[in-house]
Amino acid sequence: MIEAKLWFALIAIMLAVYVALDGFDFGAGILHLFVAKTDEERRSVLTAIGPVWVVNEVWLLAGGGTMVFAFPRVFASGFSGFYMPLMLALWLLILRGISIEFRSHEAHPLWRSIWDSVFFLSSSLMAVILGAALGNVIRGVPIDSSGYFSGPMFTNFLPGRHPGALDWYTVMVGLFALAALALHGAFYLILKTEGAVQQRSRSIATKLGWVVLLLGILVTIATNYVKPALYTNLIDRPWTWILVLIMAAGMFMMPAGYRIKNDLLSFLGSTSLLVGMLGATAAGLFPVLLNSTISPDYNLTVTNAAIGARYLTVGFIWWIPGAVIAGFYFFYLFRVFRGKVSSDVKSLTST
Amino acid sequence: MYQRRVEGKLGIMNAIDWNRFQFGFTIVFHYLFPQLTMGLAFIIVVLKILALRTKDSRYNDAARFWGRIFGINFAVGVVTGIPMEFQFGTNWARFSSFSGGVIGTTLAMEGMFAFFAESAFFGIFLYGEKRLSQKLHLVSAVMLLLSSWLSGYFIIATDAFMQHPVGYTVGKDGLLYLQSFWTFVLNPWAFWQYAHNMTATVVTSSFVVMAVGAFYLLDKKHVEYARIFMKVGVVLGLIFSLIQVFPTGYVQAKMVAVYQPAALAALEGQFHTSSNADMTLMGQPDVSNGTVENPISLPGALSFLAYGSTGANVKGLDAFPKDQQPDNVDMVYYAYHIMVDLGIIFILLTLAGVLMLKSGKLFSSKIMLSAFMLAFPFPYIATIMGWMSAEMGRQPWLVYGLLRTVNGTSPTVSGGYVAFTTLGFMGLYMVIGLIFLYLVMREVGVGPVPLENVSTSLYGDGSPLTPDDTSSEGK
Repeated sequence: MIEAKLWFALIAIMLAVYVALDGFDFGAGILHLFVAKTDEERRSVLTAIGPVWVVNEVWLLAGGGTMVFAFPRVFASGFSGFYMPLMLALWLLILRGISIEFRSHEAHPLWRSIWDSVFFLSSSLMAVILGAALGNVIRGVPIDSSGYFSGPMFTNFLPGRHPGALDWYTVMVGLFALAALALHGAFYLILKTEGAVQQRSRSIATKLGWVVLLLGILVTIATNYVKPALYTNLIDRPWTWILVLIMAAGMFMMPAGYRIKNDLLSFLGSTSLLVGMLGATAAGLFPVLLNSTISPDYNLTVTNAAIGARYLTVGFIWWIPGAVIAGFYFFYLFRVFRGKVSSDVKSLTST
Repeated sequence: MYQRRVEGKLGIMNAIDWNRFQFGFTIVFHYLFPQLTMGLAFIIVVLKILALRTKDSRYNDAARFWGRIFGINFAVGVVTGIPMEFQFGTNWARFSSFSGGVIGTTLAMEGMFAFFAESAFFGIFLYGEKRLSQKLHLVSAVMLLLSSWLSGYFIIATDAFMQHPVGYTVGKDGLLYLQSFWTFVLNPWAFWQYAHNMTATVVTSSFVVMAVGAFYLLDKKHVEYARIFMKVGVVLGLIFSLIQVFPTGYVQAKMVAVYQPAALAALEGQFHTSSNADMTLMGQPDVSNGTVENPISLPGALSFLAYGSTGANVKGLDAFPKDQQPDNVDMVYYAYHIMVDLGIIFILLTLAGVLMLKSGKLFSSKIMLSAFMLAFPFPYIATIMGWMSAEMGRQPWLVYGLLRTVNGTSPTVSGGYVAFTTLGFMGLYMVIGLIFLYLVMREVGVGPVPLENVSTSLYGDGSPLTPDDTSSEGK
């Protein structure tokens, strides 16, 4: 069913775009305590993500909504199965948004430092949760014949037939996501800021680069142990190699851009790494949306979880113009707020 | 479960009760914020147009002031809105699975067409005034208005499907599929509910704008701005309070009469089928005896309202089996009556305000100003009550006539889980609500500030500047 395959790809793209865009907001939150020390520096970090973080987050909602439309069974099963982790994610998303928006409304140093801590904690935990969620999707969840599953937060921390949301594998992917998004945020801050924040981001990016490489190798090996089919699928499908290539290009662009101080190049590098990685994962999982650890018969796939082809086709009528218009908004928004943020921050204090 | 409640054995909450309570609580809290931002977006556009027309920069300052209030509300609205879409999957999985093939369309379209524009132009409107010309800034305000009202439409179209399902077909697997996109999106129920709801947002915002204006006038602060707030607020308040009752409220009540007669009976406290049915304005329903105590009612008005003739027969609750009736008749009845009675008060209050504005006494009447200063919570209450009467009146159905609420929950999520997260939401939202009130009162304390005293970015200073800050800068 070509329509279901297309919607699988579109949802994977939307979620990858979400991670690439909101990822640098998370990264900025993870790093800001370390790269921005004074109030003015913290403000420049917030100004860098301020006008865009909400619209970045919309990709999550739009992707989720599209999943309700095309694969309602996956949405129903996945969201109810991951009840607790998703509720924790919701609370973290709420706290993160509030910390960004409320901080600047009061000048008291204590007020600001508390929101700074909330911003750091919620961003860091969200990065881990996003990674762990990906780990769960790769590993599979205990879907039974009813099409539903009940995923506890943890069982014995082993990825077996009845795993919890957290086991050694998903925690490892979560930590990898923490490092990768922090690195992505570092490159964004190098691109958008100047002075001390930029310098500290540069020096932290080097260290993070090595951590990402190390954890990336570990996750790659561990994935082969937990879900070897992911790699055999990729090898069997030559068209997916382009995604691996995008990933590899990203890994090359990051240090290259860093060395020649082409900040856009290194930022695009971390973007390619994230998008390529997520794309390759989705391509390796295809046609499965949610693996069952009980039996492959219970896997939710593009064939058994999609609504009928006829109804899927109707969706293109609104999805395509919607995506084109959204692209236009993004272009306009990033154009209005292009360039370094420091001039904004200083504009008042200098007058 | 339903039977248990009908028999009156209350006191124990199980999974379905917790799920309903959680959704009700989180949606009521969430909707406190969008109802203001959607209405304020309209008022901000009015103010920006007045600024361009009159070349009076005070209108721009007023728009900027309300833009900042808008910003705080928008932020809380965004973060409390995300749980709503999540809950469809986490708490109401069988509902999502059953009707996702239909309502997934509007949920996804809301993201694609409305949220992207809304959040992009939110950033541009709030932080871009110094980077844009005033004309382009007005364009960004108009885009904010259009996109936030569009997002309202998609949600109401989704709700309208639950109230009055159209354009669907039942598949071989027993799930719902979209038969006709346009029939579904242009559901007549959605049109009137939308019109009724959106005019309500303007009423709410008008009352909030007037409350601040009245406060400034009584406090003798920012008097020039306060007059603008009162003028714009009282005129818009009257116009939209009237549209609230007719035609939007009137037509919606007629549609309830046609498509949800059991809900109409509960809304009106009509226990027994009768012709020449009275419309109760006030009174306390006694569900077990099927009477309304201490009634103040209009003879024959219900028959006339619902069917256009005082002699028309109106079905009472006794015409429906117990499992076809709303399970909380008291609450449905009160929600509806509080909404209607408040709606009438809004018309009287704003009408008096407009008359006094014409005779030039509005700005000096301490009694009227005090009334307007204190009246702003009531449109919020009326809106919440309106939604409660619609959604609790829809019970026991989740999708009217197709899926019972009790059959829509997540099969693997226990009541204990939902109780835990409900308590979590209550705690978190209480903290957010308190901080929100503090911040809004702080903004009101600072008041409107001219553009030259505002930094380009809200994140870029301790904004808003307090009057002390501006004076120390040698203003």
